[in-house]
Amino acid sequence: MLGEGAGTGSGGQEMMHLGLGPQHPAMHGIIRIVTELDGEVIRKADVEIGYLHRAFEKDCEVGGYNNAIPYTDRLNYVSPLINNFAYASAIEKLLDIDVTERCKYIRTIMSEISRVCDHLTCVGATAMELGAFTVFLYMIKAREFLWELVEDVTGARLTISYGRVGGVKADLPDGFAAQATRAFKDVREVLSEVHRLLTGNRIFMDRMVGVGVLSREETIAYSITGPLLRGVGVGYDVRRAQPHWAYDRVDFEVPTQKDGDNYSRYLVRMAEMEQSMRIAEQALATMPGGPIQVDWEGRAVEPPAYVDQGKQGKTDGLLLVPIRLSPNLEGQERRKHVQVNADDKRVVLPPKEHTYGSIEGLMNHFMLIMEGYGIRPPLGEAYFATEGANGELGFYVVSDGTDRPYRVRCRPPCLPPLAALPRMIEGEMIADLIPTFGSVNMIGGELDR
Amino acid sequence: MGVGSFFTSKLDEALGWARKYSIFQYPFVTACCGMEYMATACSHYDIDRFGAGLPRFSPRQADVLFVVGTISHKMAPVLKRIYDQMTEPKWVVAFGVCTCTGGFYDNYATVQGIDTIIPVDVYIPGCPPRPESVIDGLMKLQDQIAVSAQRY
Amino acid sequence: MSGAEILSALRARFASAIVETHEHRGDTTVVVTRERLRDVLRACRDEPALGCDFLMDLTAVDYAKYPGREDGPRFEVVYHLYSLTHGHRLRVKVRVEEDDAVVPTAVPLWPIADWFEREVWDMFGVRFEGHPDLRRLLLYEEFVGHPLRKDYPINRRQPLIGPKT
Repeated sequence: MLGEGAGTGSGGQEMMHLGLGPQHPAMHGIIRIVTELDGEVIRKADVEIGYLHRAFEKDCEVGGYNNAIPYTDRLNYVSPLINNFAYASAIEKLLDIDVTERCKYIRTIMSEISRVCDHLTCVGATAMELGAFTVFLYMIKAREFLWELVEDVTGARLTISYGRVGGVKADLPDGFAAQATRAFKDVREVLSEVHRLLTGNRIFMDRMVGVGVLSREETIAYSITGPLLRGVGVGYDVRRAQPHWAYDRVDFEVPTQKDGDNYSRYLVRMAEMEQSMRIAEQALATMPGGPIQVDWEGRAVEPPAYVDQGKQGKTDGLLLVPIRLSPNLEGQERRKHVQVNADDKRVVLPPKEHTYGSIEGLMNHFMLIMEGYGIRPPLGEAYFATEGANGELGFYVVSDGTDRPYRVRCRPPCLPPLAALPRMIEGEMIADLIPTFGSVNMIGGELDR
Repeated sequence: MGVGSFFTSKLDEALGWARKYSIFQYPFVTACCGMEYMATACSHYDIDRFGAGLPRFSPRQADVLFVVGTISHKMAPVLKRIYDQMTEPKWVVAFGVCTCTGGFYDNYATVQGIDTIIPVDVYIPGCPPRPESVIDGLMKLQDQIAVSAQRY
Repeated sequence: MSGAEILSALRARFASAIVETHEHRGDTTVVVTRERLRDVLRACRDEPALGCDFLMDLTAVDYAKYPGREDGPRFEVVYHLYSLTHGHRLRVKVRVEEDDAVVPTAVPLWPIADWFEREVWDMFGVRFEGHPDLRRLLLYEEFVGHPLRKDYPINRRQPLIGPKT
């Protein structure tokens, strides 16, 4: 859908209208940019979005509070863990409950891994669109190392649904720290290779330096946050400004650059990946309630045998017997469950030992799962923000006291930069649109919701 | 069996064999599935082993339309137009459950399966499908291409 | 500034314009009248003590089915402001009736309001007076209705091509 007819004349000059998108090979994302060209120079641009509008906010109103978690995965599908946790934290704020320390650390670690994945994809895709295909292959290779970590923890590579209101789905698997250290080492190697390939590269710099500039004032007026804001020298980062989870207990820098061009954004992202890995490493090292050394004695029983014993009234000591859970539920055994979930029966499902082995546990489980019951925050509203990969990711939730959210609003971090995209590309060459579009890192799921 | 039909069936076989290993795909990437599409295309899973490594970013030069990700009603006319622009012979792969049925997006914005708009040859379910199932779907498509009536 | 200080500063200046204030779960909220909305927002942005330079979010809520609010003003337009210098947040809300769902635009104050307001118009059908180009943002022009209103059924589809159900 490229090149849709020539257009109007103005001032005696023929202007050409060129529509890019909604499906364009050099743009990763479905969006339509209608440009008005004077030769090769963009005089005017109009951005049209909404091609991936999937009614996220309406869908959230239909199910219970935890039912919205899978939808949040698919907002920013490059860093879904951050969305999960931000949404869960917004509901926790509404409920006024606090999660366990270990859970906060897990959220911090997994968010940072997600952020690295996001930046890897963004830088890789931008480089690919400029012809540096090698960088893309390298970056996706590095992302694959991290996805293996994510898969070990959550059971899925991409759409993970790992966050829960009041905690996380399961504890980290044994030996996670060692695995993470190994993956980070591999990622760092890839990053140093990419630095050698791109950072001083003449062609890359020609396309990036001084292109897509947005001034500091305009960036703020457009409420742009994230790497674009830090690219103009404003060190605003929600992790630093309003510390949540375990961000106040780790040491990290907020990298900034001055120029506000594509190259600055690239440098900010590259530096942030290193910082994210630093945060994750520190959090892994200082995490409370670390891996349990001694396992339970005795053999684990299968759930049906466990239920049978309970039915026969042999409940004495039953709750101390571990159950052999399906691999999907690994990390949710009682001893791990209490470490990562808030101690609040209104919100968190009981551990499976209780569900299978005691009537109270079963009731508790049903009270959270059954239609018309579930989590019921009191009347009210709350806004919770965290630093997504593209900037401030906020969830504004309104509760009407029932078991389903009355309104869920996601503040999409990549909408403001897209609204300002015409300001960045007007007056530049048509070819400059591609790196600029790459550097704003448009993610359809989050932009259009 | 006459000599003529012997030759045409052998020619069909040869053509089918050649076609199945020279798939030029058009990735119509819209959403989350695109991330897994990238993963499948890159070094870890390497779709090039199946002769499908080169995407053509013009529908006129592509054989297979990979519809990767949710199609909204706003996007549907675009998809139809891309499909119409492709030359015969052409195949369509529905990548991910949103393209197969609409997935869990049962709402006002989402097309409930792209087969309501264009014909589909292979469905790859999953949200998103793992690279292994993508490769499985691709191999199923190759089998279809190999045995389908060849036009020349 | 703390939430209480922000509220007292606003009360001192806009006593008559403030309908309601509350601090719930640490979020400071002020509900203002539509007539003075623009002045309140301007003051929030320009007064050095308030200094809310970011319009973080602009959205709306349809209260048509909210317990106790069925008869009241149907829509609430919600502004989330953030101050970079002071690090505080403020939520400003304005209530409008269904048959007079018009709010003055915030585009002259923050250019980003352009897209946010277009989205609210698209999803809720609340108009913004003075907006330079109030078109749908996410949906298409052929779409009838505003899907985030509580009376819009989630599965009422309006396809452009293909089967009509």
